[in-house]
Amino acid sequence: MNMQALLHQILSGLVNGSMYASVALALVMIFKATHQVNFAQGELAMFSTYVAFTLIEVGVPYWAAFVLTLGVSFAVGVAIERFIMRRFRNASPLTAVIVFIGLLVLLNGLVGWIYTYTPQKFPSPFDPSAWYGTIYMSPHEVGMIAVTLVVLAIVFAFFRFTKLGLAMRAAAENPQSSRLVGIRVDWMLALGWGLASVLGAVAGMMAAHKLTLEPNMMSSVILYGFAAALLGGIDNPWGAPIGGFVVGVLENIAGAYLVGTQLKLALALFVIIAVLLFRPSGLFGRTVVVRV
Amino acid sequence: MTAILELRGVDAAYGATEVLRGVALEVAEGGMVALLGANGAGKTTTLRAICNMGVRVRGEIRFAGQRIDGQPTEAIVRLGIGHIPEGRGTFLSLSVEENLRLGAYLRRDRGVSADLSRVFGYFPMLRDRLHQQAGTLSGGEQQMLAIARALMSRSRLLLLDEPSFGLAPILVQEIFRILGVINREERMSILLVEQNARLALDLVGQVFLLETGRVVASGPSQQIAADESVRRAYLGQ
Amino acid sequence: MASAEVPMAAPAATAGSTRRVGRASRGLAALFVVAIVLPFLVSDYYVAKLTQVVVYAIALVGLNLLTGFSGQISLGNGAFYALGAYASAILMSKVGLPYWATPPLVGAICFIVGYLFGRPAARLEGIYLALATFALAITTPQILKLDALAPWTGGNQGVQIVRRVSPIPDQISHDQWRYFFCLVVATAMFVIAWNLVRGRTGRALVALRDHSIGAGTMGISVASYKAVTFGVSAMYTGIAGALGALVAGFISPDSFEIFVSIQLLVGGVVGGIDSLPGTLFGAMFIEFVPDLAGKLSKAAPFALYGVLLIVCMVVMPGGAAGLVRSARAWHARRSLHRTRS
Repeated sequence: MNMQALLHQILSGLVNGSMYASVALALVMIFKATHQVNFAQGELAMFSTYVAFTLIEVGVPYWAAFVLTLGVSFAVGVAIERFIMRRFRNASPLTAVIVFIGLLVLLNGLVGWIYTYTPQKFPSPFDPSAWYGTIYMSPHEVGMIAVTLVVLAIVFAFFRFTKLGLAMRAAAENPQSSRLVGIRVDWMLALGWGLASVLGAVAGMMAAHKLTLEPNMMSSVILYGFAAALLGGIDNPWGAPIGGFVVGVLENIAGAYLVGTQLKLALALFVIIAVLLFRPSGLFGRTVVVRV
Repeated sequence: MTAILELRGVDAAYGATEVLRGVALEVAEGGMVALLGANGAGKTTTLRAICNMGVRVRGEIRFAGQRIDGQPTEAIVRLGIGHIPEGRGTFLSLSVEENLRLGAYLRRDRGVSADLSRVFGYFPMLRDRLHQQAGTLSGGEQQMLAIARALMSRSRLLLLDEPSFGLAPILVQEIFRILGVINREERMSILLVEQNARLALDLVGQVFLLETGRVVASGPSQQIAADESVRRAYLGQ
Repeated sequence: MASAEVPMAAPAATAGSTRRVGRASRGLAALFVVAIVLPFLVSDYYVAKLTQVVVYAIALVGLNLLTGFSGQISLGNGAFYALGAYASAILMSKVGLPYWATPPLVGAICFIVGYLFGRPAARLEGIYLALATFALAITTPQILKLDALAPWTGGNQGVQIVRRVSPIPDQISHDQWRYFFCLVVATAMFVIAWNLVRGRTGRALVALRDHSIGAGTMGISVASYKAVTFGVSAMYTGIAGALGALVAGFISPDSFEIFVSIQLLVGGVVGGIDSLPGTLFGAMFIEFVPDLAGKLSKAAPFALYGVLLIVCMVVMPGGAAGLVRSARAWHARRSLHRTRS
């Protein structure tokens, strides 16, 4: 086994992993708060990316468009929770799944209608000849990992050190007790959706340059995202990004050396099923110790 | 003294099941009141009705003269009512410190850190366990954490649902002693629901007795404790 | 979840229920007459669409047995639809079987694969099973494109299917012949399903869905029943896929994207996920509504479809069958009041 090639695969895997990490964290956030799986997470991310695309097309500079998109994405996430998902908070799992699927189809159709299904090029803010590019990773790929890590760090700091973050964690864990300390649980859930949407938007904007922008862009990313979220522990926010990077590396290594590139997606399927059957709490699934 | 809490003609139901009928009770400002009764009498339902937690309520509930029936729980809490529910309501996966800070969630003043120190004065063992996961605390420690959380909120009225549940008697005595201190020092009115009638009677000034959703007796605790028929029927003595 | 149509005991012979049975068989007879006459009254284009409705109905029976009756949410039945289609195509083009011989074989193959999938799947609950089957559905096109399987599947090129099946093309066109063939298969499969659901198996399935722990203690092997149900569901869906391939005349990996699974689930829920008659409504919904949505808004059929789904869940979470049930119950209450006063 050629060491250089292996290193390349690993680094390349980390790059993909950064996308999966963001998506996985978004999935875990919504699952922790609502015990529902957001099947429409990928389409939501894709939708946000098209918002960025529109802004850039009309001349907004990249980073300004990036930040604006995060804002719009947040608002859309909050709106979806407030006006759609809130009605189905206590619905049967089947009804909830149908609503998520409806959301998926709606977003995909909306974007396809406005922009057609033709793939578009999405720019990269990272100069292709920049100093931090290497033979293993282009500047954009380095940028992808860097941006993802920064965003993840900000999100974690938010949850760990701010009052609002604490309130959101509390609301997800124990809505009743949260109400009893005065937390508006409904709004915490909406905020959670907003944040998850933002995470998806980051993943989408980073991915679009690599994958080319089209409405079905996120369909395999979401699958890897699910695998990553399950691997890290579906209710573990720390496990999700770790799961993302692990899945990314695994995907590349298995694709290069074990199953061939054609079965990479099937690998994600395999991971999902294996985790669900043999270790449903994932690698880092948290068990809360309770003394009786 | 004005009443900080007043219930008048309160009916409460879960769905179609009526649990409370025409309940009337009062907590004087600065007072300590116990709501006693057998299992299933509706004691917990009364507390939940006050905070509008999953119960359909008819009738009047006033806090400091203001009607609070029908308002959302968060809003009621905002007015200054603290509620320690059955099971203590601890945020199990969060640390002791985070639980305490959540108690102070609604406060915007700068006294939070000072209050933390005061809380450690009542419950020194919490300082030792500050960064421990709250779920790893024993039952007694969680009860103290819950009361500490309520202290952090500077509530005017504290509702406690069976604070003695599952605790060793010596621990219960300690907790009740602290409740008495808090009532005096912090000027926190207290309404507690208890099955352990004896300890409650020693602590509080007023007692209301609930049976199948109705108040069947009420009065100063010494009077209730001394009443033969009440003692036999409800206090098992 | 809406309660199943399966009675827990034999229904008492009241005047009301006899009237209902009478009405039901008259309705069924009328439906049959319409079904047989219709293809001669409309163009071949619509005959093909009606055939697809029949095909979807069979697939939806498979889905309803799985999700409605045994409570296992599947977002991956499209994979079995694809399996059936490809199995049939391979049997016809490589083994040389005639079109009417493939359904039983395809059914057997799909049953076995479904059962094998169902055994581990039986251990997954609700949302997790939905996730696993969702993953299966997304992966299906890629598996179908595998180079290793290309000699059989035709890879990206796909497989052509012989469609000129009518022996009397001047009297009965190929489209019409295909329609009647599918109708015959569908009728047989509906009858089988009806008997399954009415009998002991049906009651066991409902018990499984509503109280799986309790069912276990009553001696029903939960895992076995769930796995067998998976197999039966796969069998129905696979046969539908085979018939669908016949109707389309050509299949390729891109015909079996996630949307097929989504369509099936939507059709099942819109018709009423635990209702056999509902599958007809559901099948018509998924065949015609995307077209209608396209007419309403020339370029945004999917977006409208998505909105429709969400609105459906708000307004009629029990599907069409649920609405009918509510209407009947409301009507029964009214006539009860009338007889009293």
